Amino acid sequence: MSPRRHTVDAFPDADELSDPLLQVTDLTTAFRTPRGTVRAVDGVSLSVRRGTTVGVVGESGSGKTVLSRSIMGLLPPHGVERSGTVTFAGRDLTAMSAKELRSVWGLQIAMIFQDPMTALNPVKRVGAQITESLRLHLGMDRGEARQTAAALLESVGIPSPEKRLRAYPSQLSGGMRQRVMIAIALACGPRLVLADEPTTGLDVTIQAQILDLLGQLQDERHMTMILVTHDLGVVATRADEIVVMYAGKVVERAPTATLFADPKMPYTRALMDSIPRLADPSGTRLATIAGRPPELIDPPAGCRFAPRCPWAQDRCRTSEPPLRTAGSEAHTFACWYPLTNGRPSVPVTHDGVAP
Amino acid sequence: MPDDRDLAATGAATDLLADAAPGDAAISEEAVALAASGPSRRPLGVVFWLAIAWVGVVILAAVFANVLPLARPDFQHYGAINAGPSLHHLLGTDDLGRDLLSRLVFGARVSLVVGFGSITIGMIFGGSAGLVSGYLGGLWDATMNATAFVILAFPQILAVIAITAFWGASLWKITLIIGVASIPLLFRVVRASTLAFANREFVVAARALGASPLRIIFREILPNVLPAAMSFAMIGVAVAIILEGSLAFLGLSVPLPTPSWGNMIAEGSTNGNLQQNVYIMLWPTISMFLLLLSINLIGDRLRQRFDIRESMV
Amino acid sequence: MLATYLLKRLVQLIAVSFLISVIVFMLVHLLPGDPSVTILGPNDTPQNRAILLHQLGLNKPLVQQYATWLGQVFHGSLGQSYLTHQQVTQIIGQGAPVDVELIVLSQLIAFAVAIPLALVTSRRPNRAVDRTATTTTFGLLALPPFVLAPILVAVFAVGLGWFPATGTVPISQNLATNLHDMILPSLALAVGSIAVYYRLLRSDLIATLQEDFITSARAKGLHPRRVMLRHALRPSTFSLLAAAGVNIGSLLAGAFIVESLFAINGIGLALVDAVEQRDYLVVQGIALVIAVAYVVIQFVVDFIFTVVDPRVARG
Repeated sequence: MSPRRHTVDAFPDADELSDPLLQVTDLTTAFRTPRGTVRAVDGVSLSVRRGTTVGVVGESGSGKTVLSRSIMGLLPPHGVERSGTVTFAGRDLTAMSAKELRSVWGLQIAMIFQDPMTALNPVKRVGAQITESLRLHLGMDRGEARQTAAALLESVGIPSPEKRLRAYPSQLSGGMRQRVMIAIALACGPRLVLADEPTTGLDVTIQAQILDLLGQLQDERHMTMILVTHDLGVVATRADEIVVMYAGKVVERAPTATLFADPKMPYTRALMDSIPRLADPSGTRLATIAGRPPELIDPPAGCRFAPRCPWAQDRCRTSEPPLRTAGSEAHTFACWYPLTNGRPSVPVTHDGVAP
Repeated sequence: MPDDRDLAATGAATDLLADAAPGDAAISEEAVALAASGPSRRPLGVVFWLAIAWVGVVILAAVFANVLPLARPDFQHYGAINAGPSLHHLLGTDDLGRDLLSRLVFGARVSLVVGFGSITIGMIFGGSAGLVSGYLGGLWDATMNATAFVILAFPQILAVIAITAFWGASLWKITLIIGVASIPLLFRVVRASTLAFANREFVVAARALGASPLRIIFREILPNVLPAAMSFAMIGVAVAIILEGSLAFLGLSVPLPTPSWGNMIAEGSTNGNLQQNVYIMLWPTISMFLLLLSINLIGDRLRQRFDIRESMV
Repeated sequence: MLATYLLKRLVQLIAVSFLISVIVFMLVHLLPGDPSVTILGPNDTPQNRAILLHQLGLNKPLVQQYATWLGQVFHGSLGQSYLTHQQVTQIIGQGAPVDVELIVLSQLIAFAVAIPLALVTSRRPNRAVDRTATTTTFGLLALPPFVLAPILVAVFAVGLGWFPATGTVPISQNLATNLHDMILPSLALAVGSIAVYYRLLRSDLIATLQEDFITSARAKGLHPRRVMLRHALRPSTFSLLAAAGVNIGSLLAGAFIVESLFAINGIGLALVDAVEQRDYLVVQGIALVIAVAYVVIQFVVDFIFTVVDPRVARG
């Protein structure tokens, strides 16, 4: 849980140093569906300093994947409404043309996708999938790109890279494929990497390897990273700051150590309770959060977590708690009845998770 | 018509909404609900009823051809050779002075009898064989399926031409030949949809209750397979009509002077007729186009209604 | 693994071809209709008929007749026409090239129209362009060659005079004239394929564009055109390829129509003539060759499939 290294961005402009690399302000992303508009991301603000890692945590359906795609601008070409601003290295990504965005994607900002089974093109050789961005953004010729690709594969820990370049994704194991995904994302030396559940589809031992690899590469290449996951355990040791999302909104944000020591929002507490601990005797049942996230077409009034919160009061169901600070500017949360060092200030009101 | 309207947009959205963890039940339910609210619930629409109306008109005309106040289709009006449309001859006459409306109405009989008749034959034999074979499974089913596969490797048009060549062509022979030729395809299609139901809970439950195979096939499976079978049958009808029309065009179907839309198109398409009287070719062409369009449309809407994927064909 | 699969398919191919030869043989021999009546006319004497049947070997047991016939087939002989005494192989050799040209041209046209159209409309489904294309192609499905070809001739040959209404110059004589003459015939044949291919490819492309690997290709900053052509197209073409293989059957029917209307001397015309004149060895020979060619084409398509799609090959 130690706060991580604070490395400095590769070649920052001197006057940019103090600014965050990424500043997201009031970002909202809504999908038009036949049943109505789904606000998957609803007024999210966050900032990421150079060289740091921010973990974005939430259950399925909390809007965290949409958030990462929306930050990048990588949304379906139609049926989507987006508002708010995303400032990256001083430039507003939401104001960019499609062409300008393409010059940023892959070169400055890259994304590591959730499922390496589906995120690699099954009918293209691995080599071609790595070299195409090298040739596009860095103007390399075929041979040069190929050498670089082999070097990249080697750096993500793939043995006999020359041979692997000729393989199709289906000929590689899951862990290997995720390494290829990472190699693709890092090919052009991006400043910001958005990793969307980079380890979800992999088994536990490989998960740790991949996360360690990401951390190591981040150090070597002075990258800034947003690590999106449903598993608070994944980011506990790897993020400098954690943003907890619920039903499209940020419900708590704090430096990692602070968050774990003093979670304010009952939802954060519930996520922590669902991390397996080595100290637990085997056979211990993990706490789960009863119910599921609300539908975003017609979200509940008041606090969106209230229907599942064991300590929800009448006020929670009628009016929505704003984000407010706890102690320092760095720790904000949205709750009418915050916890103190993980303990509730009001009695249990219904049978949610008894902690 | 556009069968996956909205799906692309919805699909992209549900994909993204299905945040994270693969196999998350809650989310996939939502995705399913979102997708289901899409195409299948739409009303059948005006176009569908227009199509039904056209097929209905053609059927009525063909059935009541003898009763309708029409000239005989082969009567030659020597005073009106290649006459344009007039009150006397609503659609005009051909190069032999025969009334085109009358020929069109009588010609409809051939297309309809062959189209619907042959597919009825195909469905009775191929369909029921598919139903039984798909339900029973086993070696018998495998043999039947392989046989159908081999027969399907033989181009249908060639078989039909070769048989008519030696057996001769009459309305009933052509219907029978095309009907028999359609058996393997309808067998495979009905068998495939039967397989989809053969091991569903309600069938297994019926079997556990001691229902006889025949009862299960007809009471449990048939009602479920029927919508799909009907929409395949509509495709089959269109294919059979096209096949007969092609044969007629080649002069290998019902012999002259019996009018059929196919042989009328062929007669109207000779160089001389195209230059002097395009109507001979025009009316049966338009009628045939509208008939095929209507049948395709009916089949397509049925398929949407019952949510049958085209891949099953 | 690939080799075993191919071997299996090859055995299948041979078995199917054998069965086809049986079917073709039986079609001709088991159906009612006496070839001696065809050749000698209805009024000849029973003695003469018997002599003829003996000469043709038609009085022997069926199995023996089949064996004899198959033996000749393997020696490259399909017999000769009763009427013109021309070798059946020669008739096929004269007619086949024009059919191959017709079918190849029509397929080139169909792909050239269907693929770009699908690439354009699938990116933005349900817009005006897409709806128009989808509705139009649905209409084209109701235009089989025997309906469409006369309209094309009426408009472009008789009406506008841009193309000849009938006949072609052989490809060996003048390529340009030949191609010009072939435009209407191959167009008449192409239209149905355009509709089928377009609709298949469009829906496959729409499905492919939902895939994660398309999003990851976009995330590299690739131009949308490159995403469509290099990432989306290939994985979407497999059912197209399969359909093209199966489609050969209906193209054949279409080719016969087109030959008959445009008076092109292909196999179809020869077959129709032979049927009308009950020239049964010619019918038998042509049916055998076409059916086997059809099966071989399916095999080749299937083969291309396994080679082109790494997913199939690895199993």
